[in-house]
Amino acid sequence: MNTVARSERWSGYALLTVMAIVVVIPFLSVFLASLQPAGTPVVGLTWPERWSWDNYETAWSVAGFSDLIRHSLIIAVGVVPACLVLAALAGYALGTMKLPGGNAMAAFFIAGLTIPVELIVVPLYFDLRGLGLTNSYLGVILVEIALFMPFSVFWMRTHFLSTPTSLVEAARMDGASSATILVRILLPLARPSLMTLGLLVFMWSWNQFLLVLVLIQDTTKHTAPAGLGFFVGQNSTDIPTLAAGTIIVMLPILILFVVFQRSFIAGLLQGAMKG
Amino acid sequence: MGSRPPVRSREARKRWRGYVYVLPAFAVYVAFAVLPALHTAYLSLFEWDGVTLGEWVGLGNYAEIFQDSILRRSVFNALVLVVFFSFVPIVLGLLSAGLLARYRRPGMGAYRFLFMLPQVVPLVAVGVTWRWLYGDDGVVNQALRAVGLDGVARAWLGDFDFALVAVGLVGTWVLSGLCMMLFLSGVQKVDPSLYEAARIDGAGPVREFVSVTLPHLRGELAVAMTVTTVAALASFDIVYVTTNGGPGEQTTVPGLLVYRLAFSEGKVGLAAALAVVLGILILAIVYLINRLSRDRT
Repeated sequence: MNTVARSERWSGYALLTVMAIVVVIPFLSVFLASLQPAGTPVVGLTWPERWSWDNYETAWSVAGFSDLIRHSLIIAVGVVPACLVLAALAGYALGTMKLPGGNAMAAFFIAGLTIPVELIVVPLYFDLRGLGLTNSYLGVILVEIALFMPFSVFWMRTHFLSTPTSLVEAARMDGASSATILVRILLPLARPSLMTLGLLVFMWSWNQFLLVLVLIQDTTKHTAPAGLGFFVGQNSTDIPTLAAGTIIVMLPILILFVVFQRSFIAGLLQGAMKG
Repeated sequence: MGSRPPVRSREARKRWRGYVYVLPAFAVYVAFAVLPALHTAYLSLFEWDGVTLGEWVGLGNYAEIFQDSILRRSVFNALVLVVFFSFVPIVLGLLSAGLLARYRRPGMGAYRFLFMLPQVVPLVAVGVTWRWLYGDDGVVNQALRAVGLDGVARAWLGDFDFALVAVGLVGTWVLSGLCMMLFLSGVQKVDPSLYEAARIDGAGPVREFVSVTLPHLRGELAVAMTVTTVAALASFDIVYVTTNGGPGEQTTVPGLLVYRLAFSEGKVGLAAALAVVLGILILAIVYLINRLSRDRT
C-alpha cells in the first residue's frame, strides 16, 4: 500500500511538473525571441548571443505600442471604477435589503453571465454608430461595463450576503440612513472583495478583443490586444519585434498578477466556483 | 397591493426605495447588453447588408445556417474544440487531483502561479505566441527535429489535417492549469479520514478515486465544464490570430463567421442568426450541465 501511495504521489508531482514546463516554454520562447537582433530569422528556443533590448525600443516607439498601451489604460480607467461603484450599490441593495422581487432581479443579472460578445456585437456597432459612439473610447467603456455587470453585481451581492445582518440592524436602530450604512460601515469592510473584483475587471477589460475590433475600426485608436492582432497581420515575419510587442502587451497584466497573486488566484477560482 | 392596510403599503413603498441603488447597474446592463442581445434576435429575421433597407425573411437565415456547408462546418469545428478546450483539460485535472488527493501538499504556490498564468494574459497574445511556436522555425518543429522526426515537422497551422487540432491544443494549454487548480483545491476539502476508511476497506487507487474523490468534486466538475465549454464555443481571439479560419475553412468557428459576415460580407441578418444560434447553444449547454450536476446531489 505504501509503495502504491508513494508512486502515486511521485507521478502526481511529475504530472504537475511536466505541465508547469509546458506552460513556461511558450513564454520563454517569446521572451528569448524578443532579445534577438531585429529582422533576423529566429529558430525556436535559441539563447541570444547578445542580449539586446532594441526590439522593445522599436516596438514601443516605432511600431506604436506606447499608444496602444495608453488607449487600453484609458478604457480600463473608465471601466474599473464605474464597475466597482455600480456593482457595490446594486450588490448592497440586493444583498442586504429585502427588496420585493429582489431574487428575480438578482437572477436577471446572473442570467447575463453567459452572454458571449458575439451575441451583442453586431447591433451594437450599428446602434453606437448612430449615436456617434464608434471609434470612441466611451462606447467601448459603456459596453464593457454592461458586459462585466452580471459578474460584478453577483460578486458584490455574494459579499454583502455574507456580512452579519446585526451590523446593519444596529446601525439602522441608531437612525443611520441606508446610504450612511453603506458608506461608513459596509464599504470599509468590503475592501478586499472590491479589490479582487477590480483586478478581475481590469484584466477582462485589458484582454478584450472582439468588441474593440468591431467598435474601434480606426487603427490609430486601437487598444493593446487589437493593435497586436492587427500588427501580426502586417509584420508576421519580423519575429523579434513582434515578440517584443507581445511581451509589452502582456506586461501590465503580468505585473499585476505577480504583485496581487493571492487576490487574483482567489478571484479566478472563487469567481468560477460562484459563477 | 392596494387592498392592504395603509401602514403596510407605506412600508412596502419604502422597501421599493432600495431599487434606487440597483437602478444604475440595471440601466447600463439593460441598455448595452440585454437590449443589444434582443436586437440581434430581431436583426436575425431580416436580410440586411447594413446599408440599405432590410428585407423581412422570417426564419430564412436560420434555415440557411443548417443548409450552408461553411456555417455548419463552423458549428462542427466549435464542437471539436470542446474536446480540446474542455475534455482534455478536465481529464488532466482529474488525473492530478486523483494522484495527489491524499496529500496536504507543501510547495503548491509556485505551481499555482504558473498554472494560472495562461488565464490572465490576453488570448490575443497567447495566439500570437503559438503562431510562432507552430511556425516552420518554431519550438514545436525544433523539438521534433531534435528527436529525429524531421519528416513530421510542418507548418502546423497551415496544414489541412492538423490545423484544427493545433488550434485546439492552444485551448488545452490555456485551460488545463485552471482545471488542475480547481480540482486540486477541491480535493483539499475532502475529509482525509474518508481516504483512511477507503484504504481499510481495501479499495485500490482507482476505486478510491471513483468512490471518494470524484463525488466530492461534483461542484468543481460542473464549473470546469461550464467555463471551458463556453470558452470553446465562443472562441474568437485565438482562432482569429492563429489561422483566421484557414486553411480553407478548416478552423472556422461561429465567432469568426459572425464577425466576417456582418462586417466584411454585408450579411448582417445571417450573422445575427448565427450569433443567436451560438447564444442558445451556450445557454442550453450551461443549463444542462448545471441541471445534471444538481440532480445527482
